[in-house]
Amino acid sequence: MTIKNTLKASVAVLALSSAAAHAEGVEVLHWWTSGGEAAALNVLKGDLEGQGIDWTDMPVAGGGGSDAMTVLRARVTAGDPPTAVQMLGFAIQDWAAEGALADLNGLAAEQKWDDVVPAALQNFSKHDGSWVSAPVNVHSTNWVWANSAIMAELDLEQPGSWDEFVAAMEAAQAAGYVALAHGGQAWQEATVFDSIAMGVGGPEFYQAAFVDLDPEALGGAQMVEAFQRMETLRGFVDDNFSGRDWNLASAMVVNGEALFQIMGDWAKGEFVNAGQTAGEEFQCFRVPGSEGTVTFNSDQFAMFNVTDTAAMDAQVTMASSVMSPSFQVAFNTVKGSVPARTDISDAEFDACGKLGMAQLADAAASGGLFGSMAHGHANPPAVQNAMYDVITAHFNGEYDAETAAAEMVTAVELAQ
Amino acid sequence: MARAASVDMRTRMQELLPKIVLAPSFALVLLFVYGFIAFTIYLSFTDSRMLPSYGWEGWTNYSKLFRIREWDTAITNLAIFASLYIVICTIIGLMLAIFLDQKIRGEGLLRPIFLYPMALSFIVTGTAWKWFLDPGIGIENTMHLWGWESFEFGWIKDRNMAIYTIVIAAVWQSSGFVMAMFLAGLRGIDNEILKAAQMDGASNWQLYRRIIIPLLRPAFLSAFVILSHLAIKSYDLVIALTGGGPGNATAVPATFMYSYTFTRNQMGIGAASAVIMLMTIAAIMVPYLYAELREKK
Amino acid sequence: MSVASQDNAASVGRVGRTFVYLTLLLFALFYLLPFFIMLVNSLKPLGEITGGNMIALPQDWTIAPWLSAWSTAQIGVEPTGLKPYFWNSIRMVVPAVVICTMIGALNGYVLTKWRFRGDTIVFGLMLFSCFIPFQIVLIPMARILGILEISGTTAGLVLVHVVYGIGFATLYYRNYYAAFPTELVRAAQIDGAGFFQIFYRILLPSSGPITVVCVIWLFTNIWNDFLFGASFASGDAAPMTVALNNLVNSSTGVREYNVHFAGAILAALPTLLVYIVAGRFFVRGLMAGSVKG
Repeated sequence: MTIKNTLKASVAVLALSSAAAHAEGVEVLHWWTSGGEAAALNVLKGDLEGQGIDWTDMPVAGGGGSDAMTVLRARVTAGDPPTAVQMLGFAIQDWAAEGALADLNGLAAEQKWDDVVPAALQNFSKHDGSWVSAPVNVHSTNWVWANSAIMAELDLEQPGSWDEFVAAMEAAQAAGYVALAHGGQAWQEATVFDSIAMGVGGPEFYQAAFVDLDPEALGGAQMVEAFQRMETLRGFVDDNFSGRDWNLASAMVVNGEALFQIMGDWAKGEFVNAGQTAGEEFQCFRVPGSEGTVTFNSDQFAMFNVTDTAAMDAQVTMASSVMSPSFQVAFNTVKGSVPARTDISDAEFDACGKLGMAQLADAAASGGLFGSMAHGHANPPAVQNAMYDVITAHFNGEYDAETAAAEMVTAVELAQ
Repeated sequence: MARAASVDMRTRMQELLPKIVLAPSFALVLLFVYGFIAFTIYLSFTDSRMLPSYGWEGWTNYSKLFRIREWDTAITNLAIFASLYIVICTIIGLMLAIFLDQKIRGEGLLRPIFLYPMALSFIVTGTAWKWFLDPGIGIENTMHLWGWESFEFGWIKDRNMAIYTIVIAAVWQSSGFVMAMFLAGLRGIDNEILKAAQMDGASNWQLYRRIIIPLLRPAFLSAFVILSHLAIKSYDLVIALTGGGPGNATAVPATFMYSYTFTRNQMGIGAASAVIMLMTIAAIMVPYLYAELREKK
Repeated sequence: MSVASQDNAASVGRVGRTFVYLTLLLFALFYLLPFFIMLVNSLKPLGEITGGNMIALPQDWTIAPWLSAWSTAQIGVEPTGLKPYFWNSIRMVVPAVVICTMIGALNGYVLTKWRFRGDTIVFGLMLFSCFIPFQIVLIPMARILGILEISGTTAGLVLVHVVYGIGFATLYYRNYYAAFPTELVRAAQIDGAGFFQIFYRILLPSSGPITVVCVIWLFTNIWNDFLFGASFASGDAAPMTVALNNLVNSSTGVREYNVHFAGAILAALPTLLVYIVAGRFFVRGLMAGSVKG
């Protein structure tokens, strides 16, 4: 008896002290906890608080958002979803298919989201024709980051083809530099592979292999060639790459130890933080072979079904703030990405940002804008991770190129 | 009469009370452990992906599970990891306990040093270990700086050796705890038995081998239970140290299960792997518990 | 206090003793090394870490990372440091440990001194609960916390930790009380003492050593838990480990390793303190019960 009462009493006391989480406001689940990201998010928070909406912060970092997704599942299962959740690609569609997301069509029609957001992004933000989430940014993943000083020293131009790219790395290696800074983690290897596959086979191959999951493309000659190019790249990384965080790989380019890094545009922050300027100390260009196309991932705020009207109003206000040009500029200049709407002036952005915005618009117009496989925007998580398994096993020497292509077919089949 | 009745009531109350006291915890365990296990077994036969769903699929998840190469790797890794971890922890723990029991000066200082790793979470000790084992910045580099140029220690980057670095870090974390268990066992041994043996002229070595170590049997068993439970649950450690890499070389069932259930949205396969894991645990623990509990009667 | 040590000290000889001391010191170094790396790097400016040797002592000593980790580091949108989460953890750990220890003590008492048919099976079932992999618990537990309307609160988290701590707590107390003379209990019963009186007056006063073991074990496990903390109490109620994870595992942006290490040591201070202060009683407690079978 005593135990039971004590248990009850302490549970009651604790419940009183911590249950008052949901007032008039939004509860936001996200994994943006680094200084720059949080500063960017603070712009949104300030904006909402100016309109009388409280911000309940629920940060869960780790695993590129996968820990946050676990937490989200616990919250939804408990019948208590957050108002808005930072989300990537297919996760949005999966939650929408569960009927867990709110309908933002009213706001979207009023603000003409259909006209300003690229169609490739709308594929993720809309489910069955209804807007369910507000895109915050577009990260493009097929960038090369280069150290200008080493390029000048070795008298290198920005390479325009795969062969020139290889030649530049050979020159750097001969001069005693690390040619390619790389971190050996599955997602980083997949990020490189993404651009390489696009470079080998172009948009049709990318679509067939990564989006349509056509076994012939997955196991075909172009896939084998893509894996062979990965083996070439493997020869240009240092011995100590395995397990290295991407930012430490960026630091190698920043510090002049390495010539190139293939990485998404978030890497730019590392250069900027080190006091470098785009176009001067460092340069950015598309992975040779993939010019004209942009592989992207996009952070969005998916809006969950909430019941009372005050919360729904707060949710709509938040979506509206996310899509406002001022937030899109403020956030993306800090984050390294480009705005999710194409009608925004590039005046505030640096050289790489301007280039990224122009190329995004071009690619969107010419049909060269593709969701990145490595970042969960080409196929569902099960398939994506199955591809990771093969790509990383091949890069670490477990398979040769032909076996890897064959394994790709099996792994994708098992994941479906 | 009234008095007799109330005494009777009181006795009956006294008889029921112990069961009433035990009942809530037993009910909690039934629901939160066995209920959830039943739920997981059920899920493993369904088409659950992102959230639990109840479409019956039979053995599909199990047959898929055994075709996934990473699962083989995970199982093999667990076998290597668990056996080495348990054996090495036991040896080191026993050795340290015996040494510490030799009237050592500074025992009060050494004991907390051996024990403290158990108090730390691997979220960040993992980073310290990762650095230490990294050939570019850790021990190998330091040895080179100190002039030992030929020193090589790159296991964490080698997919055949990386699992052993996980053993090292895991042994670091729990061998001190095992030491404490053995030390307690040693200190609990009856002096008379030892005196008698020494009278018979047993040598030091014989004393330990023939008498003391066999007397430590309960400590061995407790250490085995705690270590095997830690080995099977190892998750933080692997994630922090290698993230399952290089490639998938250091995946273990716990990381596999998490990844399939929560990252890859293949909850059915994740549940199937959990069921296999639970069955393995049961196969080891049930005979042990049976032997232990029967003996006490 | 084994006799072997006493009488053999002389015969082991000086060489043997030197060997024993050397081995012990070597292992002490092995155990201290990671802590040393963390400590040294938490006292360096960031530039020294990324540019230099990780094992070297700082050239510029600084406590700025410690201050930052405690009160200004970015955990979420607000730069709050770990400070507020520290109290969350305390509010979670203390009730969970107290409740769980009490339940464990009573269970151990019932299972050894008030035995009934099938008590070993009940105990066996409770013991096996120590081995359930926590990953499978998340989804159904979330549902139940939702039904009880305590999801996302410290209360919910306390309940979860109590449930999964019962197994070990019961194990410790049961093994300890098993060695306690049952005659004393019977004698008290004949004198008319009731169930709770016997527990409070006879068993509880001599339960010190095993309580230390049980509290240390539960405290460490609950304090260091991340999975449950993140899933059932993120946001304002998040415990220290979740905050530490947000500090350490941020996805993009500069990684301030010195702040991470300072934060890690801060997060571990309570458990370290518990081990150092109670460590002496820990071995004594283990000796008194749990490993004697």
